[in-house]
Amino acid sequence: MARSDARAAPNASTVERSLGQAVYDYATQVFAVAAAEVQKLYHDPIELFTRAIQPVLWLLLFGEVMAQVRGVSPGNVRYLDFLSAGILAQSVLFVAIFYGISAIWERDLGVLQRHLVSPAPRSALVAGKALSASVRALSQALIVYLLALLLNVGVDLSPFKIVGAIAVIGVGSALFSTFSLIIACIVKTRERFMGIGQVLTMPIFFASNAIYPLSLMPAWLRMVSHVNPLTYQVDALRALMLVGGTSDYGLAADFAVLVAVTLGLLAIAAKMYARMGY
Amino acid sequence: MDASQSTTHTIDIRDLTRRFGDLIAVNGVNLTVERGEIFGLIGPNGAGKSTLIKMLTTLLPPSSGTAIIVGHDIVHSPAAVRRNIGYVPQLLSADGSLTGYENMLLSARLYGVPRNERAERIERALTRAGLRDSAHHLVGHYSGGMIRRLEIAQCLLHRPKVLFLDEPTVGLDPSARETVWHQILDLRDNFQTTMIVTSHHMDEIDQFCDRIALITHGRISAVGKPDELKTQIGPDATLDDVFIKLIGTQGETETEKSYGEIRRARRAEREHG
Repeated sequence: MARSDARAAPNASTVERSLGQAVYDYATQVFAVAAAEVQKLYHDPIELFTRAIQPVLWLLLFGEVMAQVRGVSPGNVRYLDFLSAGILAQSVLFVAIFYGISAIWERDLGVLQRHLVSPAPRSALVAGKALSASVRALSQALIVYLLALLLNVGVDLSPFKIVGAIAVIGVGSALFSTFSLIIACIVKTRERFMGIGQVLTMPIFFASNAIYPLSLMPAWLRMVSHVNPLTYQVDALRALMLVGGTSDYGLAADFAVLVAVTLGLLAIAAKMYARMGY
Repeated sequence: MDASQSTTHTIDIRDLTRRFGDLIAVNGVNLTVERGEIFGLIGPNGAGKSTLIKMLTTLLPPSSGTAIIVGHDIVHSPAAVRRNIGYVPQLLSADGSLTGYENMLLSARLYGVPRNERAERIERALTRAGLRDSAHHLVGHYSGGMIRRLEIAQCLLHRPKVLFLDEPTVGLDPSARETVWHQILDLRDNFQTTMIVTSHHMDEIDQFCDRIALITHGRISAVGKPDELKTQIGPDATLDDVFIKLIGTQGETETEKSYGEIRRARRAEREHG
């Protein structure tokens, strides 16, 4: 046994690793973190169903009432259609923005420290967390899609649009969950995190085009909305989720903004994640 | 290997210091540990044992000084250090919402165990830890002793040369403690793994450790074989006597800390370690 182990575990630092091997190892480490998340959801899926309640309430209660207000949806788009893409983005946001609390939880337990002592680069651990949040968000998105279909929203089910929506939801939740992780690295306690999470959610949600068009906003709020990544996520989702949906900024611009912000946040989070081990 | 860091010792700690604001948690520690040694760290709560281990495992950067572990500097090449060590934290570090097998799989992937060897190594490690039959149960349903054995098994998948165990037997019943120690001895005997162990159970430190260091107020106040330390105190002395003689009285008389200092120290410990 000892002999085969010596062969299997060469001193990695003394062996020149090929670039391909390095990329493969990195991908394995990112995937490992996300796979554990999927396994957890599989063992305890109740959370997925309780999370479905909020979008139902928004669409049924808020949506039905607001649909009566003239001018709240742009052009001749039905308000419930307009809203459903916003609620899709919102439910993904709510899952992602509190995702950092799981890192605090893992730190309190000691699980996080164990990961930090592994050879996996911090950036791989952080990217794994972002991917985990995307997995959660996609399960949430499935529920909103089904709900929208039930409410007779004009949902576009063409494969190209679905793949596009999956990509937008994946990147969007990676973005906000990484933002959440950065906050977790700063505050480090659940109590402080919950307070800040609540404070952040509302402005991100309301200073966006999720439930009303930017054209209804006063100029200063419209400016805030233009630097809010959620606006670009909603814009892309309107084009991808709805039949005949259009994007104000163009899908390429939406994607570029979301990916660039996500990469920037991932770089910051990778730097800060080490602080969770202190 | 870092060519500049030549040392014949498996662990070579040089003037290692860590401050938290005004508090000096670890104060100029020098220590060497040899291959295959089981080295015990003892000392009162808050003496700096955990902070020392966090620096050695690269979780916490030192304020000054460094340590060379298997030829790698913890300050300059932390990633190389991490490839060569395993760490079982004081806290429960296995994930309760995953099964034992899933925990092992996660570790194997993070530690870069080659894909074609994962299943076999996990199977072997679980069998060795006596957990094969419960591999597919959620760890949340394991007993304390089973969780510890799993955590140690998780650390062994990549065959670390040095293993850090921070109070591995805390909160375990005597028979579970015995099993954990046999797991530790098994590693030393079969793989010459070097181990740094902290514990408050002087009897097991006495029984299982080759050498020990006593830490008080962030400094090492004594190093040696358990027998050497005991004979210094008296013919029939136990390690408990050594502990009380060297640490107990000092802790009481030498530094009367104010409530504010203690509160700051505890808060620093909670937030930083």
